Formats: sequence, C-alpha cells, structure tokens
Amino acid sequence: MNIYKPFEIIGEITIYYLNQLGRMLIFLILAVYNIFKLPYYKISNITKQIYIIGTLSVFVIIFTGMFTGMVLGLQGYNTLRKFGSEGLLGSAVALSLIRELGPVLTALMVTGRAGSAICAEIGIMRNSEQIDALECMAIDPHKYIIAPKFIASIISVPLLTAIFDVIGIFGGYLTGVKLLGANEGAFFTSIYKDVEFEDVYMGFVKSIVFGILIVWICSSKGFFVHLERKGGFGAEGVSRATTSAVVLTSVAILVFDYFMTSLLI
Amino acid sequence: MNEQPIIQLFDVHKSFGKQHVLKGINLSIYKGKTTVIVGESGKGKSLILKHILGLVKPDKGEVIVYGKNINKIGKKELKEIRSHFGVLFQNAALFDSMTVFDNVALPLRERTGKSEAEIREIVNYYLKLMDLDGSNDKYPAQLSGGMRKRVGLARALVLNPEIVFFDEPTTGLDVAKSNEIYRVFFRTQSKFGYTSVIVSHDVPKIFKLADYVALLYDGVIQECIPPEDFQTSENPAVKEFVEKTMGIIYESEEVEE
Repeated sequence: MNIYKPFEIIGEITIYYLNQLGRMLIFLILAVYNIFKLPYYKISNITKQIYIIGTLSVFVIIFTGMFTGMVLGLQGYNTLRKFGSEGLLGSAVALSLIRELGPVLTALMVTGRAGSAICAEIGIMRNSEQIDALECMAIDPHKYIIAPKFIASIISVPLLTAIFDVIGIFGGYLTGVKLLGANEGAFFTSIYKDVEFEDVYMGFVKSIVFGILIVWICSSKGFFVHLERKGGFGAEGVSRATTSAVVLTSVAILVFDYFMTSLLI
Repeated sequence: MNEQPIIQLFDVHKSFGKQHVLKGINLSIYKGKTTVIVGESGKGKSLILKHILGLVKPDKGEVIVYGKNINKIGKKELKEIRSHFGVLFQNAALFDSMTVFDNVALPLRERTGKSEAEIREIVNYYLKLMDLDGSNDKYPAQLSGGMRKRVGLARALVLNPEIVFFDEPTTGLDVAKSNEIYRVFFRTQSKFGYTSVIVSHDVPKIFKLADYVALLYDGVIQECIPPEDFQTSENPAVKEFVEKTMGIIYESEEVEE
C-alpha cells in the first residue's frame, strides 16, 4: 500500500468539506440577496411555503409543546417543593420555555417535519434535471424555489415558537396547578413578575436564527445533492442527503443555541 | 456556409476525474438549420449540449453563443442569452408536482407579464399543437413517455425561442411514438422557423430531419456535414459509424435478395 494514501484521503476529505462550506455560504448569500431582489414574488408562492413549513407543523408543535410544558410542571413542582418555593413554579416553567426549550424544540420539530421535506423536494428536483430546466428557461432557481422557502421559514418558525411557548405554559399549569395543586394565583403572578422583555427577545432572536439555519442547511443540502461526496444520485443519494441535512441542522441548532445564549444572557 | 454561426465551440475539453470525455470539440451551429449530433451512448453528446446551455463549464476552450463567451459573461447576460433557448431534456424534466398546464404555463408566468387569461390561451394553443388537449389537469407521472416529451416540447416552445435543443427526443419510445415526435418537430419547425440542435442515436431516421450531421467519436467532432455527404464520407470514424448503424439493414437486404 502506498504510504501517502492516508494523507491523500485526509486531504481529499478536508478539501471536500471546505468546498462544501464555501458552496453553502455562497448559497446563503445568494438566497438572502434574492429575497430582496426585484421583481418581488407572487404572494401565492410564499403563502404556499408558509402553509407547508408553518401551518402543517402547528399540530406537531401543539402536541410537543403541551407535553413539554406538562413534564416541566411535574418536575418543577417536585423540585421546588423541596425548597418550599412552589410559588415560583409559573416563572420556572415560563422562563425555561421562553428562553430555551421553546425555540430549540420548535426548531428541532420543524427540522424533522419540514426541513427533511425541503431537502428531499429540492434534491429530487436536482436529480431529475428540474433545476437545470429552470436555469435553461432563464428562471433563477434561487429566486423561484429557494427565496420563498427562506421567507416562509423566517416567518413561520418564530410564530410556531410562540405557539409552543403558550401551549407549554398551559401544560405546566395543567400538571402543576390542576394535578398537583400548586397555587393558581402564585403560578400566574410569578410569570407576570419574572418574565421580562429581554427573555422574550432572546427567544425571538433564537427562533429567527434557527428558522434561517433550518431552511439554509436543508435546502442547500438538497440543492447540491449531486456534489455529495458519497454520490448523490438517485433515490439513495437523496435519502442520504436528507438524513445528513436533518442531523447537521439539529446539531447546528444546539451549537448555535449555546453561543447565542452566551451572547444574549 | 457563408453565414456566421450563432453557436460556436472552440477546442472544448472536459474531464471527470481521470476520464477525459471531451477532447477538443469544435462545432458550429447555423441559424435556422437543424444540426444533429450523433455518436455512441455515454460518450458525451449530452455533455456538449450542457456546455452550450452553460450548465457545465469546460476545463479548456470556449463556447460562443450569439458572439459571447458564455463562461465569461455575468449572470444577467447569461440569463438574457438563455431567454432565447428552448430545451427538451432527455427525461423531459417536467416539474412533477405541477400539472401539465402549470408546467407549460410556468415560463409565461415567471418571465412575461401576461395576464392569466392570455396565458391560458397560449398554453391551450401549444397543448393542442402537440395533440395534448384534454390532459391539462394531469400530472407528469400520469402520462406516457411520449406524452411527457410532447409536454416538454410544448414547454420548450411556449416562449417562442430562437434555438431549441433536443436531448434524445425519441429515446425509449416505440417507432410509432417516435414518428409522432418527428411529426410534431416538423410541424413546429416549419411554423416557427427555430434553429435546432438535436442529440440523438436514432440513426438513420434522424438524418431525414438534419441539415448537418456531426459525429462525436473519441471525444472529438469528426465531421459536421450534410447527411448525404455524411453517408459517403471517407473519414474512417464516420465510415465505421455509418457501417455499424446502417450496415446491418443493407446486409440483411442482401441476404434476403
């Protein structure tokens, strides 16, 4: 065996990932540029994407928000009771939802539900030459396919996060107050007293950044499916790209969450 | 051949890994004429089209369309040049989540400011021209291969392009269906007078359509000459190709005699 072989492989992989990072950054810049570029879109194009990314995710968000809030109520009540501070249950539930769990879990759910769909849809369009066809018709795919998805995601994810937060707080109220018997007045008063604008702002900024992350990673993975290192052809290529898009997005959400928290706290 | 060609390829090279596919393509396409590119499968015929369309960049060489090197111009200019193109892809490349009507209407909706009523009229006209009336609301997956190609052709022609590219328009179709595509081609070309570039291996039938036949062999365009000359060419590669693709017919005739 050639002794240089391992170095060649390391070099090849490094170059591939640097290339990929570069492509994805250019893709992001082009997408953002195309959002603001004239002529503007047909409204129907954006509402359709909002429906796919946002509306269709509402049920999942309500469901997960409810259970997350309920489990926070249970855990929070039992922990706080040890210190005799059940009165803080409301603010504990609300703050952890608004600052952390709401944006992160919403983004993870949207990644699983809509991000994978975005990646697969665009990947199939790439593999069946539909993107080439658009380019040959002098229709810019960044403008026609990608930009509406970006706009829809930036609008949808913060709204879904808001739904998640409210439903979650209600879930915490159900288990903490109705099931375990914490004081109802103290529950809501502590929310009213402790949740400040900065907390909501933090969650809002996070949800917007996550919205961009989801649509950016998932659509660029689909868009460049033909350049995947392990081969992006056919159904298997699309499935591989979709899997890696979902994993990469999920990891990116958690990593960005850490850095944004440390900046915004 | 005194006319200035509208598309020219000069010494175009392209490799994929260690595979040197195009080894110096020189080709000229003339206005209003039909140029057919023939050659073995998988040797880079479609790749030549992709170079002309600007979808693939050559490793070396120049692709000149309307007097401009399409790899050196900006996105805007490329878009302007592509607005004169109509392309029928090998697998038709229809948007599979849109109906037939929406597929054909898409270029009109995105590129022109026409009202929905005007668009409806134009799309219906082209679908009728392709004998596709009645399939408006079907999805591409519900169509046969021949119908899909005709929808692709309607979409390619709907903006009245000056140059139409056909990537294997009849591959995978039976004789009757491919004749149907040829009939549509004849009908539309005589009507609209577009320049066409056809990649095909439907030899010898495709010769009937061609003004010029170009043979791609060993990564090089061997000849680009009228079909009559092509069949009698002394170029060894062309001779071999003619014998290989058309010889069997003559041989069997001899046997029958």
